[in-house]
Amino acid sequence: MSSSTIVSLPDQSTARIPKVNFITKENGLLSWLLTGDHKRIAMLYLASITFFFAIGGALAGLIRLELLTPQSDLMATDTYNKVFTMHGVVMIFLFLVPSVPATLGNFLIPLMIGAKDLALPKINLLSWYLYVAGGILVLYTMAAGGVDTGWTFTTPLSTHYLNTNVLSTGIAIFIAGFSSIFTGLNFIVTIHKMRAPGMTWFRLPLFVWSHYAASILMVLGTPVLAIALVLVILERTMGIGVFDAAKGGDPILFQHLFWFYSHPAVYIMILPGMGVISEVISTFSRKRVFGYTAVAFSSVAIAVFGFFVWEHHMFIMGVSSYSTLVFSLLTMLVAVPSAIKIFNWSFTLYKGSITFETPMLYAFGFMGLFTIGGLTGVFLGTTGTDIHLTETYFIVAHFHFVMVGGMLMAFLSGIHFWWPKMTGRMYPEKISQLAALITFIGFNFTFFPQFILGTLGMPRRYAAYPAEFQVLNVFSTAGATILGVGYLLPILYLTWSLRYGEIAGSNPWQATGLEWQIQSPPLTENFPEIPIVDHDAYDYDWLERKHEREREVTSV
Amino acid sequence: MSDSTVAVSGAQAEGAHSGHHEHPPYQRHHFETIEQQMDATSFAMWLFLLTEIMFFGGLFTAYLIYRNWYYPAFVAGSHQLNIFWGTANTAVLITSSFTMAMGVWCAQTRRKGGLVLSLCLTLLLGLVFLGIKSIEYSEKIEKHHVPGFHYSLRSFTDPASDPEIYDQYHDKPLALDMARHTEMYFGLYFAMTGMHALHMIIGCAILGYLIFRAQAGDYTTGHVTFVENFGLYWHFVDIIWIFLFPLLYLISRHG
Repeated sequence: MSSSTIVSLPDQSTARIPKVNFITKENGLLSWLLTGDHKRIAMLYLASITFFFAIGGALAGLIRLELLTPQSDLMATDTYNKVFTMHGVVMIFLFLVPSVPATLGNFLIPLMIGAKDLALPKINLLSWYLYVAGGILVLYTMAAGGVDTGWTFTTPLSTHYLNTNVLSTGIAIFIAGFSSIFTGLNFIVTIHKMRAPGMTWFRLPLFVWSHYAASILMVLGTPVLAIALVLVILERTMGIGVFDAAKGGDPILFQHLFWFYSHPAVYIMILPGMGVISEVISTFSRKRVFGYTAVAFSSVAIAVFGFFVWEHHMFIMGVSSYSTLVFSLLTMLVAVPSAIKIFNWSFTLYKGSITFETPMLYAFGFMGLFTIGGLTGVFLGTTGTDIHLTETYFIVAHFHFVMVGGMLMAFLSGIHFWWPKMTGRMYPEKISQLAALITFIGFNFTFFPQFILGTLGMPRRYAAYPAEFQVLNVFSTAGATILGVGYLLPILYLTWSLRYGEIAGSNPWQATGLEWQIQSPPLTENFPEIPIVDHDAYDYDWLERKHEREREVTSV
Repeated sequence: MSDSTVAVSGAQAEGAHSGHHEHPPYQRHHFETIEQQMDATSFAMWLFLLTEIMFFGGLFTAYLIYRNWYYPAFVAGSHQLNIFWGTANTAVLITSSFTMAMGVWCAQTRRKGGLVLSLCLTLLLGLVFLGIKSIEYSEKIEKHHVPGFHYSLRSFTDPASDPEIYDQYHDKPLALDMARHTEMYFGLYFAMTGMHALHMIIGCAILGYLIFRAQAGDYTTGHVTFVENFGLYWHFVDIIWIFLFPLLYLISRHG
């Protein structure tokens, strides 16, 4: 097989979308709003996070527009503070954290492990409603004049010195946090208790492993954010004193509590994306993921190490220099499991039959950009360089390389990869390859200059900057425009494809996961009969044999 | 790799969930067996309690740090707590855990009357707890010991002005600096007991619903998971109190 594509679609003249599927099963708004079906809830999530992504993206556009010139001319400086705060709040809590788990994870985990649904469908629906409630409160905050603490709610700024909507934002994040807790809890229970007969832990697709690891972080980390926010709210309303130096409290305690969640949170954001990449790389190289066990355990290792590195956000906050040494070392240790993944994906590609469909292009983007983002993280984990680079654009670039270059690429990769499964139709291949390319180019134009700006010493979170930084900022803003086009395109052509896309059939990629062995879009309870699993993940020989058997049956 | 004759085609055996085999009405359709359902839901409850531990963990951390820093203020602050009501409340809660456990047992052994009675008693004790808590809170309000609301340092800078407490402990006056940290003690006291009370209120609301359904006989036909899981929650809230009581009331008390 030396063709340039592995796509195998059914004959378009005769193919039909199955009449009975989870979308057509019931009609009417209520059948969606009261559904227990994990696939429908995933679709609800997909629509709502896309909405908030658009808002967060528009805010990012405003930031870049303001930074086009050295003066603060587009908006007042405190408006700028509000804009970047809302950008952070919306993108982190309402887009990145739920992005892959709540949409793809929700849709796919039961399919991948051979279950009819998540273990707790009502809790799953509740988690979406909590997300929406949190989202509405964030929208309210914006309408009421916004908040300008930065997404980190830094005390005592947030508790004493600002007169903006800290309370409503805090409550919004608190509520959205419970949505995340319930998603994670549901995944852990489902993966433990709902696997089909024969689906052992080491036959699970790596997508499931990485979601399991992320779920551990959601369940253990998010409550600590919740209590940190409760204390901020109590401090602001009652003045209980825990974060108030005037009363003997310590604002640094807030930093500890906040980053105890918010550092693991970046792994909550990235781990599910890594799961997507494992599936995509394997499928488009036609090879089992190299070092399956190592990749599986590296997810768990990231989850475990991820809990013991939070203090690297506080190196410049006067914490003890002995503890910075320990946390610096631990921070570098996290790079090891991440590197294990990158190396194993590279070895999977080695001598694979690689094809370059859109999900694979995004996956390549992920591998390159995540590596840069991850390695610059090691610079920042080194105490000496951190003191120079933190609070500059270097850290902005680092974070966006990991989150936008990494996670968003993985999200788009996954959306394209499973789009045929979710909707039954293909996205248009050529234009989406173009979009992937545009995204990659736009991304690098936007964020690479920021590394240079950071090393030159341009501080983050200011509306104005010295004139000598302008050239690089213009590059960055121009790049953001390209990036914007790159994100707009998928929204347009994916919507178009809902009606006009080619019929995908059950397994357009010839992939091995259980989700590809059933009709697209799947039935409401996924499997007419619970499958019995007798093969490992990514076993392409098994798929060959299955096809041969089917051919025999039809020829007889 | 074994030969893959059935592969993903499914279990044809009659054991699988297909056709007309029976399952109890309270079994949710996406579970294969009732055991799987019970396993999954109780596992989920334990995980939820784990998140609760992390939630309260933040408060306990804050308490331990500041107690170490401002020990004299925390001692003086704890002398202000009413040991009688605190002990009474501990007894009330432990009893309510007993009645809750009885309720679970009644559900398991399908005794409807016993279940309703136990749940009602549990609810009653829960409300008694909240009532006593409100007495304690109102004492603090009267003495201006609520942080942020005209907080008064008088009981600490001039203990003799507060004869009831003074006669018992003969506290020395605290320097103004240290006395001001008592506000932090009360801040944590209200945050910790307040969060606990909030959990009690949620628990009482759910109890009301449980009683309503139990009366209809919903939990005495074998469907015990909801009652069991609520029992876990109730005991958990109880255990939080078992930690709060010594930390806030007892360990700084020297006769």
